[in-house]
Amino acid sequence: MALLDFIQRLLGLQKPSAATAKERLQLVLAHDRSDLNPELLEQMRREILEVVQKYVEIDLEGGEVSLATEDRVTALVANLPIRRARLKPLAPPRDDPQPTSTDPAVGQEVSAEEAGNHEDASPVVDGPDAEPATPTNNALQGGEPGSSPVDGI
Amino acid sequence: MLEWLTPEDMKKIVDLVSAQSDYVLIDCPAGVEQGFKNAAHAAQEAIVITTPEISAVRDADRVIGLLNSMQVQPIQLVLNRVRPKMVANQDMLAVDAVTDILALPLLGLVVEDEQVIVSTNRGEPLTLSETGSAAGRAYHNIARRLRGENVPLIDPSKERRGLRARFLSKIRQVGLF
Repeated sequence: MALLDFIQRLLGLQKPSAATAKERLQLVLAHDRSDLNPELLEQMRREILEVVQKYVEIDLEGGEVSLATEDRVTALVANLPIRRARLKPLAPPRDDPQPTSTDPAVGQEVSAEEAGNHEDASPVVDGPDAEPATPTNNALQGGEPGSSPVDGI
Repeated sequence: MLEWLTPEDMKKIVDLVSAQSDYVLIDCPAGVEQGFKNAAHAAQEAIVITTPEISAVRDADRVIGLLNSMQVQPIQLVLNRVRPKMVANQDMLAVDAVTDILALPLLGLVVEDEQVIVSTNRGEPLTLSETGSAAGRAYHNIARRLRGENVPLIDPSKERRGLRARFLSKIRQVGLF
């Protein structure tokens, strides 16, 4: 048994497991310490994404909301790659692959709520929305660790 | 077993004993059941003992959380049954990995030692045996640190150097290999 292990180690077939143990432990403890059940966590994750999507277009596949723990403090870490910024917050976006169809209506809703600037309501929303914000696109999508603790629990 | 014993009873007992003792050590059962509540309620400080394994550290973390909420302070850590060879091969959680994760100061480190089983079989305290086992030395050091002495921690990588390891290193020094 020991000899077999040794040979496997020598051939690089079995990798050291301590690092894996540490990662697994940190993940379990983050969940243990926060005392959140998976359904609540998933619901919170969905709602956070919805709120963020109101203000910026985010890459849903590349994003993640997870719990991390350090020094007995658990933090909610959201890593959300931004595709582009929105000039006007949207009201109810869930998944919007084609913003042009929804934006005018939503833009009017928002401006009506603001009860003031009717001029820059619907037409302006689409235009600058697409153009000037795109340069940030690449920088943020390239796996930049834009993670920031959103909330300590 | 002792279901009638409440945390308040335990506190009274400890108060009685502590009137004529310097230290009162309460051996707390594993887990977070009634026995733990009794022991923790009567305690001023705590020593959490765990092994460097995922499930054990996870349980220890739960206990530490409860002790924190019960204002038991300070809490120190003893890492038990450490296997230096496995730690060196990175197949066992390193000591500092566990202390980092649990965020506790290390009071002591006990290497895995067969003499523990032998001495419990015989019913003889390991600390009184004259063979000088690694675990026995570790227990002594823990006791001295508890008394406030500054005893350096035993480096586990140097503990388990048996005859063969010493022989091999001698050969290497001589230059045969």
